[in-house]
Amino acid sequence: MSKAFVPTAAKPGVITANDLREGHNVWMCEDGWTADPAQATLFEDEAIADLALLKAVGQSNIVVGPYLVEARRGPNGPEPTHFREAFRQRGPSNYFHGIQTLKQAKQSEASNV
Amino acid sequence: MFDVRPVDTDYVRHRAAQFRAQVERRLDGSLTEDEFRPLRLMNGVYLQLHAYMLRIAIPYGTISPDQMRMLAHLAETYDKGYGHWTTRQNIQFNWPKLVEIPDMLDKLASVGMHAIQTSGNTIRNVTTDAFAGAAADEYMDPRPYAELLRSWSTDHAEFQFLPRKFKIAISGAQRDRALVAAHDIGLRLIQKDGQTGFEVWVGGGLGRTPLLGKVIRDFLPEGDLLAYIEAIISTYNLSGRRDNKYKARIKITVHERGLDVFKAEVEEEFQNRRRDFQGADREALAIFRDRFAAPAFRNGPTDGYEAERARNGAFRSWTDTNLHAHKIDGYASVIVTFKTHGETPGDASADQMRLLADLAEQYGHDDLRISHDQNVVLPHVHKSDLPAVYAALQQAGLAVANAGLTSDIIACPGMDYCTLATARSIPIAQEIATHFKDAGLEDEIGKLNIRISGCINACGHHHLGHIGILGLDRAGVENYQITLGGDGYDIPAIGERAGAGFPYDQVVPAIDRLLRAYLEVRADASERFIDAYRRLGPAPFKAALYPQPADA
Repeated sequence: MSKAFVPTAAKPGVITANDLREGHNVWMCEDGWTADPAQATLFEDEAIADLALLKAVGQSNIVVGPYLVEARRGPNGPEPTHFREAFRQRGPSNYFHGIQTLKQAKQSEASNV
Repeated sequence: MFDVRPVDTDYVRHRAAQFRAQVERRLDGSLTEDEFRPLRLMNGVYLQLHAYMLRIAIPYGTISPDQMRMLAHLAETYDKGYGHWTTRQNIQFNWPKLVEIPDMLDKLASVGMHAIQTSGNTIRNVTTDAFAGAAADEYMDPRPYAELLRSWSTDHAEFQFLPRKFKIAISGAQRDRALVAAHDIGLRLIQKDGQTGFEVWVGGGLGRTPLLGKVIRDFLPEGDLLAYIEAIISTYNLSGRRDNKYKARIKITVHERGLDVFKAEVEEEFQNRRRDFQGADREALAIFRDRFAAPAFRNGPTDGYEAERARNGAFRSWTDTNLHAHKIDGYASVIVTFKTHGETPGDASADQMRLLADLAEQYGHDDLRISHDQNVVLPHVHKSDLPAVYAALQQAGLAVANAGLTSDIIACPGMDYCTLATARSIPIAQEIATHFKDAGLEDEIGKLNIRISGCINACGHHHLGHIGILGLDRAGVENYQITLGGDGYDIPAIGERAGAGFPYDQVVPAIDRLLRAYLEVRADASERFIDAYRRLGPAPFKAALYPQPADA
């Protein structure tokens, strides 16, 4: 994560961080921050992304350590391109903990409708 | 009566209150993250891959039943029902919320525990032999000295901002089970001409530049311990490199400047420091000796134990692997492995913690230890009680007879939790353990140390594994290097890289080829993997890891 990632239309990115109070992973979305990576805003323009990152840095009372990272456009929203981000979006592989539990809750909610 | 509770509870409570105020100031915006980060790290609070992580100190791995029950309570109330034993005899909680950590610290303070100096560039938890005070091969219980070092180093004003973190290990037995050679300072209690003292090692460490320590003093009279340690660390504090984080550990200072130069400075400083120690340390040591006095061992028959061994094969095989020889006849130390095949190495549920607390009270003289290989030890159990202890452990899934075997793997949290990691460790450990169990080879392979780290920082001690596995990120894909011939115990050695790394799904097949080759080439069943490797050299093992195509 040390190299600053520069998003382009061909290689877009998302802004991600941790929730200050609770610590879980969050992604910048249209109206703030979301724990659902599929809702993340996909940045394709360097200037717009830089501005958004500055805004994120300014929200240090909400999030910790925001950074821009590569993502690709998927059928249900942005998807990770590197396995580290894939783990952040899923949770650990030894237990069903972390964000994967939110996804399951969302799916069962959808199937109950 | 044994009591691990430190006497400075007021200080621990004060620090917890201080941290609560710091968290409040962070949340209300009075502190920026840059200002808050060093404060939270001083209290063991990290921000990891999915959440905050709280590392709690278990001084020299010694913990009482009521402290263990408090950890169980924290696991249930503030985490997801479990905690993780670390390779430095601490515990980590993987899912606490920042806003709840002050409550956790208050509760820890109520049982004399804390997270102070479990992070940051300070003197970390002093570690020792998990069988201290119990082992048959022990010269002297190292824990009073470990406690002396702990109380001296806690909040030591001079050593709060060292060039880098600083780890001390101490061993009092014939066999070094504290990894003395792999620490910034390693201490071995020895006797010379009827006098007790230390062989002092300096400059060992793993990480990206693995180096075994060197002996800086063949014999240090025990009364000079603090003055000499202070001389070493103050010398390092001035001459250690602060320009490059990766060259800042004392091992680099000693290596770059040379042991002789470093030693001369230490000896000079030692003469100055010695004047500062006027006897308070001796008084403290006397108190600590009382605190760690041996429990009231009982003298009873062990017929029931022998009868159960004859009757119950599973019990017999557990006693063959999971007991350690005790200095008192009729007693044994029990190794409770947290390495059940397919489970996460070192993870303990709240129920398991409570069971251990109960067993320690009922059968174990109220004593529990966390070992550096991520297991728990009941150091003093009378052999007549072993059938009952075994039955209780079995019900909790903790009676697996695998201490020191293939599945007794040390693994760091890796990329499943750690923000520094470059690859996963835990599932590799789980798959190796399950594979060799299913293949029915674990007993045949016998004693074997597999150590797995998910990055070059080497928390999983891969350099010291007979077989070491290091997970790396190679062009965005997990890749695992295998090292061979490392040893943390009898003949300390850093393992050598065998060759090119393996992709994730090729690690278990590679280890399978390696161990089947070992079974082929070993002299007999008593020759361990590491012994065969030393006798034969790496060639037959490399050939198994990297087979040539038949037509080549």
